Amino acid sequence: MGKLIKFLKPYQVQVYFVLILVLLQSLSELYLPTLMSDIVDKGVVTGDTGYIWKVGGFMLLVAAGGMVCSIAASFLSAKAASGFGKLLRSKLFGHVENFSLHEFDQLGTASLITRTTNDITQIQQVLIMMLRMMAMAPMMCIGGIIMAYSKDAKLTLVLAVSLPVLVLAIVIIARKGLPLFKSMQVKLDKVNRVLRENLTGIRVIRSFNRVGYEKTRFDAANWDLTDTAIKVNKLMAAMMPIMMIVLNLTTVAIVWFGGIRISNGHMEVGDMMAFIQYAMQIMFSFIMLSMMFVMIPRAQVSATRINEVFATTADIVDPDKPKANNGNRSQVVFENVTFSYPGAEMPAISNISFKMNPGETTAIIGGTGSGKSTLINLIPRFYDVGSGQVLVDGIDVREMTQADLRQKIGFVPQQAVLFTGTIAENIRYGKEDATDEEIRHAAEIAQASGFIAGMPDGFDTKIAQGGTNVSGGQKQRLSIARSLVRKPEIYIFDDSFSALDFKTDAKLRAALKDETADATVVIVAQRVSTIIDADQIIVLDNGEIAGIGSHPELLNACSVYREIVMSQLSEDEIA
Amino acid sequence: MSKESKHEKDTRRSGPGGGFGPRGMGMGAPVQKAKDFKGTLKRLIGYLMPYKLQLIAVFITAIIGTVFAIVSPKIMGKATTKLFKGLMMKLSGVPGAKIDFDYIGQIILLLIGLYILSAAFTYLQQYIMAGVAQKTVYNLRKEVLNKLNRLPLKYFDARTHGEILSRAVNDVDNISSTLQQSLTQLITSVVTIIGVIVMMLTISPLMTLIVVVTLPLSILATATIAKRSQLYFKGQQKALGELNGHVEEMYTGHKVIKVFGHEQKSIGQFERINDQLYQSGWKAQFMSGMIMPLMSFINNIGYVLVAVTGGILVTKKAIEIGDIQAFIQYARQFSQPIAQTANIANIIQSTVASAERVFEILDETEEVPEVTQTKELTAPKGEVVFEDVSFSYTEGEPLMEDLNIFVKPGQKVAIVGPTGAGKTTLINLLMRFYEINDGRILIDGMDTREMKREHLRSLFGMVLQDTWLFNSTIRDNIAYGREGATEEEIITAAQAANADHFIRTLPDGYDTILNEEASNISQGQKQLLTIARAILANPSILILDEATSSVDTRTEVQIQKAMDHLMKGRTSFVIAHRLSTIRDADLILVMNHGKIIEKGNHQELLEQGGFYADLYNSQFSANVQKRVG
Repeated sequence: MGKLIKFLKPYQVQVYFVLILVLLQSLSELYLPTLMSDIVDKGVVTGDTGYIWKVGGFMLLVAAGGMVCSIAASFLSAKAASGFGKLLRSKLFGHVENFSLHEFDQLGTASLITRTTNDITQIQQVLIMMLRMMAMAPMMCIGGIIMAYSKDAKLTLVLAVSLPVLVLAIVIIARKGLPLFKSMQVKLDKVNRVLRENLTGIRVIRSFNRVGYEKTRFDAANWDLTDTAIKVNKLMAAMMPIMMIVLNLTTVAIVWFGGIRISNGHMEVGDMMAFIQYAMQIMFSFIMLSMMFVMIPRAQVSATRINEVFATTADIVDPDKPKANNGNRSQVVFENVTFSYPGAEMPAISNISFKMNPGETTAIIGGTGSGKSTLINLIPRFYDVGSGQVLVDGIDVREMTQADLRQKIGFVPQQAVLFTGTIAENIRYGKEDATDEEIRHAAEIAQASGFIAGMPDGFDTKIAQGGTNVSGGQKQRLSIARSLVRKPEIYIFDDSFSALDFKTDAKLRAALKDETADATVVIVAQRVSTIIDADQIIVLDNGEIAGIGSHPELLNACSVYREIVMSQLSEDEIA
Repeated sequence: MSKESKHEKDTRRSGPGGGFGPRGMGMGAPVQKAKDFKGTLKRLIGYLMPYKLQLIAVFITAIIGTVFAIVSPKIMGKATTKLFKGLMMKLSGVPGAKIDFDYIGQIILLLIGLYILSAAFTYLQQYIMAGVAQKTVYNLRKEVLNKLNRLPLKYFDARTHGEILSRAVNDVDNISSTLQQSLTQLITSVVTIIGVIVMMLTISPLMTLIVVVTLPLSILATATIAKRSQLYFKGQQKALGELNGHVEEMYTGHKVIKVFGHEQKSIGQFERINDQLYQSGWKAQFMSGMIMPLMSFINNIGYVLVAVTGGILVTKKAIEIGDIQAFIQYARQFSQPIAQTANIANIIQSTVASAERVFEILDETEEVPEVTQTKELTAPKGEVVFEDVSFSYTEGEPLMEDLNIFVKPGQKVAIVGPTGAGKTTLINLLMRFYEINDGRILIDGMDTREMKREHLRSLFGMVLQDTWLFNSTIRDNIAYGREGATEEEIITAAQAANADHFIRTLPDGYDTILNEEASNISQGQKQLLTIARAILANPSILILDEATSSVDTRTEVQIQKAMDHLMKGRTSFVIAHRLSTIRDADLILVMNHGKIIEKGNHQELLEQGGFYADLYNSQFSANVQKRVG
């Protein structure tokens, strides 16, 4: 939590004002009993009705003043807390946008989303609480003690006994309660997880006849949670009564000892009445404070999660002195490249060397975990190589800016991602100043114009969040069009035709041929038919190159390749 | 007064009762309402009925505890009065006058007794309620899950998981914290209000009137502000939703944003939404933050009036000095339960709305019940017959009409067609996830509707595209295929699925725990695990959804070998993407737009020159034939 306080800095002045205003408000609250005691001691005792009215009027003024302070504090704290949330959110989002894929792998996309949204909201809520309530508690407490002391120093001794008792009670309950609260949260998560798994796996559960097993699994989690919840609530059931008892016994003690002091002429009745109210206010401020402490651990969890994101820095940064293009247009070269994912025992790819030239199509094929996706992710520098180098246009990718490098690349990812907006906007994502004609052309090549024309608003049809209103195949085609409109020097297709039926796949590849004639094209594919025409096929096996060559060459020379082909084509088709 | 009610509000929000629900929006936030408030409330109360005795005990202890708490200020006031009187007499020089400490001492002892009793009853009430509330919610949760397990797949296919989860989790939580806290609060609040009014009336009807008059004032002030703040809260919710949507989209599309260099654009849009959120956020916060000071001020007006009139009344000897002290305490106790009751009214409304959503799940139509006399296949061979089967997901849009298929034991059926052609429909019918409208599906001559669903499904082994694994060890995930599988069987299955090798390269081998998104192994590896799971199940009929991209060629070769071995002697239905599979099939079902449009073997279908021939030729005329030719 502490580390995040710096985001409150621009609102420093507001926060100080909030504190001052809250202090004033507390003082006004505390001043009222004093005035009331005046009414009793000076007005009632002497029977001076005029005085009572006068003081009464003054009390109203004080109360009104307190209200003004409180509203002003509310205004400033709302602005400060919301501003803090805005700034924190903006900084965190900007920070995450700088991440490379490595950091996303590390923290998890879903987790990053919660950290940027829910966790910040949680902290913002707690901050408001802290500014309004927690600031007030100590002021009330200190102010109350001062006032009580000024009324009667000796009677304050009563508080010296009851306050520690109260604090001790709170501490003991909190100590027992907080771990229970924490474990309850964990157990609640577990219940939710089992439930979620039951929904996502419904077909599997039913087909394997494991409904009974799932019921038991859920019941165990459910009962575990219930058991802890009961324990927590039974413990908490003691909290209020204990506090009330301490509070009430304190007042009783004040009446008894106050009575003795009054009898001895050390204090007046009105003072005692005021004293009781001070004691109440002090005690309540403690109870309030203790309630706050229940919230802190939860905010603490959120804060830790957010700090983790800030502590993670992108390991891919632009060079200080980027090199300029030396004219080796569009050539991509891998020189003895080895790459390992962090913490992995074995490198994902090792000793990869090959060359791709403009106008040529290179296909990459291989088994699961053979490193195909890893390999192509190195070209746009989503990851940095462990050893060796990747050269684009003759320059090591680490020696140019990421913007310059990626400007040259049209990347079509395995999972087609579309954004909220119209179809035209989604295609234009590839090239911001693309004309309508360019967009139409790109859609045409990507075999997307057909279904786009069939949509209610054509190119202006809105894509829903996550692209839920278009099919997988349509998504892939739009994602291809997005790269086409860019007219990049290098095309990278990461298994981008998988959701297309054979017919569309074939048509698309035929149309692509002319479009990408001058560019360097890399295709990762599963279907042999997709890559059979490639100028160069790279066969990966366990992160190493098992063979490079054309289809006929590899059929003769590479057993891994032959095996793949055999599985898909019949003898006469292989020919 | 102000402090008390504030603190109460916070207990609710952060509370010891487990208020995890998305409730902490602050005062003045919009409340959701139930459609049928009365009926739902009745039904919810029905869930509490098993705990009737405990609830009665809670009522009684709550009332007793509160009554004791209400009486004590007046008794305390008596002590003060005695003190004051003794003092006054002393001051006016009455000989031998002194403060009657014996009397005060007795009162104090009485008070201590009352306080302890009141605390004990409050504790008892909370203690009992903890058990009642949590057990009720436990039962409700259990009932929801059991219900979900009885619902047909139609229900799940028509809804998002989020929607169902939100009901089963958030709404149930909401009910939980209301039962834990609000119910007893409601009782104590009502008792307090009545009790306090009675006590105040016994002291001074005039002063009671003053306190009561301030009430409409605070209600008016709260209502006016709440109305305006709701507007901002709605704006805040909208902006927050938009922001969350943007973040989700940008993070899931991170790779695309990077490669197209659109980071700045994405940040720009974020800033715009973030600013909207800030604008409506601080206003909503400020507006709802104004309610407390205003209420507090109105209460203070009452306080001042009580002090002034009280003071004057004492000088007129109409009331005693201790009565002012008691009255002030009552006045403070009075405003708190009123604010609380208003709050609880909202909470109960949103709780009943939550309960209604949960009950909606419980009221869904369940799977068609089993016939009373179910039959079982003792030695299943795997013959599958569709006899005049008709089916439609929605009425009036028939997908299958009078479909007849005959599959001999051990045959391979390939289901082909473009994406979205509805190839899973067949599986839905085979496994009886959906009910057919007409005709019969027979396995070894037995109508599937005459079997227990469990028995029917035990005949099948299934590997689907979306690999469902759960948050546990790899061993548990494979063992899921068959209850009571031995370690050896698990490993054999893994070996048969070619998963053994990769499992052993993982840090913890078979004990590796798949994380929540199962993102610690690759998509292809997940697929291998689901295959191992199906192999372990040792079914007589296989359903295989051939992977398009998740399991790739080389692994597929190995899988295919394992599968071929497994498919020997077993009937198999394959949603096929690979031509090799399709060509080898004994029967090909060609689907388009959800319907089976052609059926036959490869050769027959080619000769038909229909959709299948077209599909096949488009694939091979383009490149392969060129090479072949």
